[in-house]
Amino acid sequence: MDYMLLRHRDINNINQIDTFLKEDGFEGFKKALKMETVDVTNEVKAAGLRGRGGAGFPAGVKWSFMDNNNWPHYVVANADESEPGTFKDREIMESNPFQFLEGIAIASYAVGANAAYVYLRGEFWEVAHFLDEKIEEMEKAGFLGENIQGSEYSLKIYTHLGAGAYICGEETALLESMEGKRGQPRVRPPFPPSEGLYNKPTVVNNVETLSSVPYIIKNGAEGYRKFGTEKSPGTKIFSLSGNVNNPGNYELPLGTTFRELIFTHGGGIPDGKSIKAIMPAGASSSLIVANDEALDTAMDYESVPNVGGDLGSASVIVVDDSVSLDWLITKTMDFFHHESCGKCTPCREGSYWMKKLTERIHSGEGTEKDVELLKDVAYQIQGKTLCALGEFSTMAVVTSIERFPEDFKI
Amino acid sequence: MTVSTQDRSALIPLLQQVQVEMGYVPREAITEIGKELHVSTSDIFGVLTFYAQFRLTPVGKHQVKICQGTACHVQGAPLIIDAVEEELGLDDAHDTTKDGEFTLEKVACFGACSLAPVMIIDEDTKGNITPDKARRMVRKIIKAQAAKAKKSAADKNNGEAKNE
Repeated sequence: MDYMLLRHRDINNINQIDTFLKEDGFEGFKKALKMETVDVTNEVKAAGLRGRGGAGFPAGVKWSFMDNNNWPHYVVANADESEPGTFKDREIMESNPFQFLEGIAIASYAVGANAAYVYLRGEFWEVAHFLDEKIEEMEKAGFLGENIQGSEYSLKIYTHLGAGAYICGEETALLESMEGKRGQPRVRPPFPPSEGLYNKPTVVNNVETLSSVPYIIKNGAEGYRKFGTEKSPGTKIFSLSGNVNNPGNYELPLGTTFRELIFTHGGGIPDGKSIKAIMPAGASSSLIVANDEALDTAMDYESVPNVGGDLGSASVIVVDDSVSLDWLITKTMDFFHHESCGKCTPCREGSYWMKKLTERIHSGEGTEKDVELLKDVAYQIQGKTLCALGEFSTMAVVTSIERFPEDFKI
Repeated sequence: MTVSTQDRSALIPLLQQVQVEMGYVPREAITEIGKELHVSTSDIFGVLTFYAQFRLTPVGKHQVKICQGTACHVQGAPLIIDAVEEELGLDDAHDTTKDGEFTLEKVACFGACSLAPVMIIDEDTKGNITPDKARRMVRKIIKAQAAKAKKSAADKNNGEAKNE
């Protein structure tokens, strides 16, 4: 298969504008500029492109929610990439930046935004400087700025750096951070397409989502649907890490099985150990029991829930049989406790108590009651938090205890 | 008003600029930026302490970084942190020595796990470190510093003597 997103692996120097142009670069954007904006959105809708940041919400549908009685409109690319185990957006931005920027341009045209922002995590400052250069090159080549390609459409793209907060990957926290505030999620509704950045309609899309758009416009929804499954079309970058021989990013059609990713591409488990669990969506994951049924499950948005998980951002962390899960959830709880923003009580207090309890159980001082209490605290958090962070912080804890009880025998 | 909220978007980039220049964000900078952007200092303080990137105290002349990633942790990184903290008189609440010479930073992972445990002083990376080795590295710098101070004091005295 030719790469759709990681095209730099097929084509050298595609991060140079001359090479990109030779390889049909900006063809999607040029085509879009000749289309009605609503048709661009409809094409993305028809392609069934779903949000690659984790939630899997259909991108075209999100665009169509933009409030046309409230202007100006904004597009924000979410390049906060902070989920432990996720490292795909960085590769796209560093190695295939123009395709990403072209995706932003098409999305901005579709929703009528004349200003778009790339919000990058603070640690990505080198990537931000690199993108600034690429944005300038695009302006010089006449693909950004005033009256792009002789049309009436104008667009500027800006980069904006975060300052070290996992929560800013959540779209409303991200917008707060861009406005110079603490990155704490907003109460929804209103959702960003009604009231987003500076209270104006805003589309927030993940880097990988936006990078998929040029292909869709250039080849049409039908062309895109040749890859993947009926309900989860297209390709996806799977970030593979943990106890596996060849960790790395693998772009594969949605619907590829866990077995193919982990054993064919990832080279299996090192040191003759066997696979115990799979975390399909980074630290925010449920732990899936890695039996034959799970390994033969298709990695798409519909199938992963059948074995008790979610595809999320597809950051597949492999856990082998030498790992004790009481240790693993101690690490994840330490992380979520540190990153809880403190705005809503269930998450702020709950993550604190879950951290305490996991530490006590892991240290060997816990009792059976502590395990029960830990589960109870987790259940009390679920469904009661402002954003997904609190909800996700309970996933590894609850599923570890329920599905791997032998690791929690006192 | 839309305009003023948009101005506030400059807050985090400005604070980052100050930190790049000075190594931390001093109180005066907070006041100045607050006046410029019409944001209260308490509000800015809230932003500064929310994000992990910002420092409110000056960094020491020498930066000591100890890895506490998983690989280093199991190879005894906590013992090394204890040793260096004892050597420099630091604890969880104080990461910089009173004389402003050293700052100790505990880092999540250097990505040099095959050398675990790892400690970096300024540009000098050392792997397979032990608490004793860590103490010696710190003492070496303190000694060199003291010798340098002695020499410059002596030079100064000589210079003054000559001038007389």
